[in-house]
Amino acid sequence: MSAPDDAAVPVAPNRTGALVGADAERAGPSGTAAAELQAGTQTGVTPLTPDPPAGRRKRGKGVVYWFCLGWLALVVLAAIAANWLPLPDPNAIDIINKTAPPFSEGHLLGTDGLGRDILSRLAYGARVSLVISVAAVAVGIIVGGTLGMVVGYFRGRLETAVMAVIDVILAFPGLVLLLALVAFVGQSLLAITVVIGFLSIPVYTRVARAATLAVSQREYVLAAGLMGGKTTRILFREIMPNVILPVAAFGLIALGVVIVLEGSLAFLGLSVEAPAATWGSMIAEGKRHLDDAIHIALIPSVVMFLTVLSLNLVGDVLRSRFDVREANL
Amino acid sequence: MARLIGQKLLTLVPVLLAVSLLTYLLLNLLPGDPALLVLGPESVSAESIAAVRAELGLDRPLPVRYLAWLGAAATGDLGRSYITQQEVTGAILDRLPVTLELMVLSLTIALVLAIPLGVFSAYRAGSRFDKLVTGTTFGLLALPNFIFALLLIFFLSVRLGLFPATGWQPLSDGLVENLQSAFLPALALSVTNIAVFTRLLRTDMITTLQEDHVTLARSKGLPTWRILFRHALRPSSFSLLTVAGLQVGTLLSATVIVETIFALPGVGRLLFDAINSRDLLMVQGVVLVLAVSFVLVNFVVDLLYTFLDPRIRSGAARVRA
Repeated sequence: MSAPDDAAVPVAPNRTGALVGADAERAGPSGTAAAELQAGTQTGVTPLTPDPPAGRRKRGKGVVYWFCLGWLALVVLAAIAANWLPLPDPNAIDIINKTAPPFSEGHLLGTDGLGRDILSRLAYGARVSLVISVAAVAVGIIVGGTLGMVVGYFRGRLETAVMAVIDVILAFPGLVLLLALVAFVGQSLLAITVVIGFLSIPVYTRVARAATLAVSQREYVLAAGLMGGKTTRILFREIMPNVILPVAAFGLIALGVVIVLEGSLAFLGLSVEAPAATWGSMIAEGKRHLDDAIHIALIPSVVMFLTVLSLNLVGDVLRSRFDVREANL
Repeated sequence: MARLIGQKLLTLVPVLLAVSLLTYLLLNLLPGDPALLVLGPESVSAESIAAVRAELGLDRPLPVRYLAWLGAAATGDLGRSYITQQEVTGAILDRLPVTLELMVLSLTIALVLAIPLGVFSAYRAGSRFDKLVTGTTFGLLALPNFIFALLLIFFLSVRLGLFPATGWQPLSDGLVENLQSAFLPALALSVTNIAVFTRLLRTDMITTLQEDHVTLARSKGLPTWRILFRHALRPSSFSLLTVAGLQVGTLLSATVIVETIFALPGVGRLLFDAINSRDLLMVQGVVLVLAVSFVLVNFVVDLLYTFLDPRIRSGAARVRA
């Protein structure tokens, strides 16, 4: 931490702090965002560090980056095409062939403790992960992003009030609140999506507000106002293009966070009701067979890990491209 | 100084009130009648529902109920569970030591691993060691803690039999037994923090190492370890402290999962059980206690920060002047 940064700390510890906390709260991988955001601020202060590895890193990460994109494409394809792929019924119980190892006949990745085909359950589970994560992130981006943009542009008492409410929501440990709400709202796909989406609004509001603050006093925005542009026009044509990129790059990493959250819920038996396949419930099921058939837990774990890793990595590369550093007020 | 603390304390009160209000509203505005949960879903007469509602105080308007609950909560009484008839406060206090021990142990593990890793990868930034550490921590961030917990159980307890897979030995059974049952869950809890702390410390230290006071220390001929751990780590440790405080939120969330996996009698497990039996008052109490502790931890971190870092004090004075 360099000297000029320190002076800013007591004034705005909650700003950067809560942003970091906000996504750090939402389970594991969000930590990337936390560390990176911090890193962003801190290296950004020192003019001595022109951040040379950025260009080199982009080239060096090439292979891994494309592998990650490929993996994500595969997961999305499997989720969309699960119905049409030549896969067995994901819920067909076949006790005789239970805990079959991978590469058994008819079951490429083996079967679980009830003899259900793992590959097929993975594909259908990808559907749950994909639907919940994309929808929840969309809710967060649309509601939270708009809110952040509006309060960041108009400032004033509305901003103070909205940010206060948001600070309060962020004061709750994320998963704790999520568990409590899901238990009482219900365990349908819709309910889980809505609750996760609702809980992620504050983070997007913060990101969007910070990005808006950074551009709302720029000359072209002022010029648009002076030329008599309508407020909605200024917001959507002048400001939004600058806000959408950081928010979207953040959203990509948030997809991974949501997948882990849904996985945690499913692992605890609080996600979509059984027997619907989800990655988390598959891992929970495999927990019973740790000593005799590790593949039942291991395969969905690896799939979830790779997916989250890919989202983090791709999100990271995109974020370094649309650097939000100056916006990190 | 005293004024600064006073000001901060004043901002704490509305936050705590808002947290309690939100906890209460969220869980009370949800669909579903607690009276039905008490009586069970089938064949209940309107009179018995009304009776239970009166007994639970549900016939009073929401603001009145909230104030009554808040008043009782302020004196440490969070009510009695409809389902298990337990005192909520008592149940939480019984379970708290386990969760606290887990969290302290897990933060210790994370710091013990992250500090040397972060310091040395910053010192040799760009080296093979640094790349390995950066890559590994990036991977750890994508590893959900329940998966990490299962891997630990599989390798260290099923395969090698080093630790018990589940269960808790209280401290009264002996320190070794206690630590043996706490180690795996604590390690599982620390996975994210190891990565977060290492990465934070690395980026922070790379900046610090370029500052003048480090160059001065180097030109004075001080030994490298002294420069790294005294001159560079100290200024960097403040942001570590802040992030550690914020990570308590993640930890509290993760304890629910880890305590459930390892069957530990902690607050997280209490919450999980309460959620499964739809025990509204218990869930409400635990959520309140966890959120309030999270706010308080960060409040204390904020204060510590002011005490420990002289630059902040002067900085704050400058800002106010």
